[in-house]
Amino acid sequence: MILSLALEQLLNGLQLGVMLFLMAAGLTLIFGVMGLINLAHGSLYMVGAFACAVVAAATGSFWLGLAASLVAAAAAGAIVEFLVIRKLYDRDHLDQVLATFALILVFSEGARWVFGSFPLYLDIPPLLAGAVPLPGIEAYPLYRLAIIGVGALVALGLYLLISKTRLGMRIRAGESDREMIAALGVDIRTLYTVVFALGSALAGLAGALVGALQSVQVGMGEPVLILAFVVIVIGGIGSIKGALVGALIVGLTDTLGRFLLPPLLGLVMPASTAATVGASLAAMLIYIVMALVLAFRPRGLFPAKA
Amino acid sequence: MKTLLSAATLALSLSVSSLAVAEPIKVGLITTLSGGGAGLGVDTRDGFMLAIKQSGNTDITVITEDDAQKPELAVQIADKMIQSDQVDILTGIVWSNLLMAVAPSAVAQGKIYVSTNAAPAALAGEKCNPLYFNAAYQNDNLHEAVGEYANKDYKKIFIMAPNYPAGKDSLTGFKRYYKGELAAEVYTKVGQTDYAAEIAQIRASGADGVFAFLPGGMGIAFMKQYAQSGVKTPIMGPGFSFSQDVLPAIGDAALGVKNSGQWVKDLDNEANKKFVPAFQKEYGRLPSVYAVQAYDAAQLILSAAAKASVKDTKAFAAALKAADIQSPRGKFKFNNNLHPIQDIYITEVVKEDGVLTNKTVSKIFTDHGDAYAKDCKM
Repeated sequence: MILSLALEQLLNGLQLGVMLFLMAAGLTLIFGVMGLINLAHGSLYMVGAFACAVVAAATGSFWLGLAASLVAAAAAGAIVEFLVIRKLYDRDHLDQVLATFALILVFSEGARWVFGSFPLYLDIPPLLAGAVPLPGIEAYPLYRLAIIGVGALVALGLYLLISKTRLGMRIRAGESDREMIAALGVDIRTLYTVVFALGSALAGLAGALVGALQSVQVGMGEPVLILAFVVIVIGGIGSIKGALVGALIVGLTDTLGRFLLPPLLGLVMPASTAATVGASLAAMLIYIVMALVLAFRPRGLFPAKA
Repeated sequence: MKTLLSAATLALSLSVSSLAVAEPIKVGLITTLSGGGAGLGVDTRDGFMLAIKQSGNTDITVITEDDAQKPELAVQIADKMIQSDQVDILTGIVWSNLLMAVAPSAVAQGKIYVSTNAAPAALAGEKCNPLYFNAAYQNDNLHEAVGEYANKDYKKIFIMAPNYPAGKDSLTGFKRYYKGELAAEVYTKVGQTDYAAEIAQIRASGADGVFAFLPGGMGIAFMKQYAQSGVKTPIMGPGFSFSQDVLPAIGDAALGVKNSGQWVKDLDNEANKKFVPAFQKEYGRLPSVYAVQAYDAAQLILSAAAKASVKDTKAFAAALKAADIQSPRGKFKFNNNLHPIQDIYITEVVKEDGVLTNKTVSKIFTDHGDAYAKDCKM
């Protein structure tokens, strides 16, 4: 029973990590290539979730909703890049933070204006409903397994894209020397728009996948955004590999902390106090891990070349 | 002579008007209209305005502002309303932490505060105040009701709430009445959206029931994930986790869940039979408990305005305390600490014509006050 619980919690941590990876990959890609801090990444996550919920409600198909979330988030990302972000590349990070924070407000109130203040309904597709038995585990939700699968596919896809394709070559070139690749005749403006749209689509995909498990509502992106920033700081800003490792570290630390700390503290204090103190400590744990990583590796675990 | 006469007429008409035609009253409604908690604020505002509209009373002006669920913003708005708008009464705050930032200072400045939802223990006991009224409940009430209900069918309950003051009050309230064994007591992060770790613990704990207080988006996320987990242990919780504002987003996963409320849509009384269709007609959706509480707060203010001048704070407060209203909850009166004494019901989530809503199962408490009233010296 204890072993089964521990295995289940490990899977839960893995699944949370994979979900964070989808968010963090886009964020770190945009930062790595374009040097841009994009606080509005959480809004694109929200756009994906809303698009999926609306299309799924209208058509009855989650899968169409999922496709819509990719398209909507990528389109929103491309439009925002074209209208706002382009003006920010030469500014310093403070200006970028201010402008993208403004975008959060615009997206949130825009979504409220269109969809209202009440959360939308989005359920998981019947194909993935229910729980399945796994070796050592009594039952595990199929949908969560599917999220782990999607995350693994996205990680593989990004690896292939960046290391094996022409676009990936340009992205890497843009990371190391943007003046040079512009001089070589690569259309850097289009490249930036494509990267931004790609990152946005990943955020939208995460939003749609998670929206089915949680509530689709205004402001849903901000808590995830904070975690995604923790992930890329731990992993090393600009590195996809770092984002993957960082996401798994954060996912596992958070889940196992919530699961293990209260009973461990229960050994030395009354159960009721242990529950409160353990919960508070568990909430801090990922930030403690982040501080430790930064103390020994100030640029993260896998720093990208600056 | 002529001036004397007109002055006399004026004086006469004034004294008459103070009895018959009420003086203008300015009400400041501070509530959450943006951000994740906006659904509750929108229902608060709409319920309040419905009562004002139905009364046809044109002497009452309501100034509405959005606090964005931020305490510092609520304080700024309250200061502005008191100093520059010169409001007589403040109301509308949804969250206990915002209320604690606003209400004590407002009543200290001689303004009346009528709470439409938030009801922290801190203002119900020793720190009760003759100008602070709560038209909703005391925070612990709905949790106490579920605790009492759980005694009947459950022996070992897993209890869970977010790690913040109202969450702790919730589990305290539950434990005050629940006499059985606790499988575990778990505090989750405020705003947490993934409950896989807690659901795994529920599965492993061998509990025969789960009590969860997870308002708003937290509850939606938990219920959807729980339904997919394959864990079949029955869930119960206070009414906030399963009220009309979140049910459509939870979906069928909420069906059959037992919860509690001091108001239910199907309560059989005249006021309720008028209120529910009127709300539906006005806003095109079913009212939540927040709408009812705000509706009653507005009714209380209207009833007091008919009896006393708002400039005479003492008389106005006394008229409020009389609670001369027809509440959709049925019975409603104030305790010595100016929190309600009312009946509390156990309800169940059902589907009616394709819409998820609550129906009454049984009355669990009759004329229920709160545990803090005895510490209030009023």
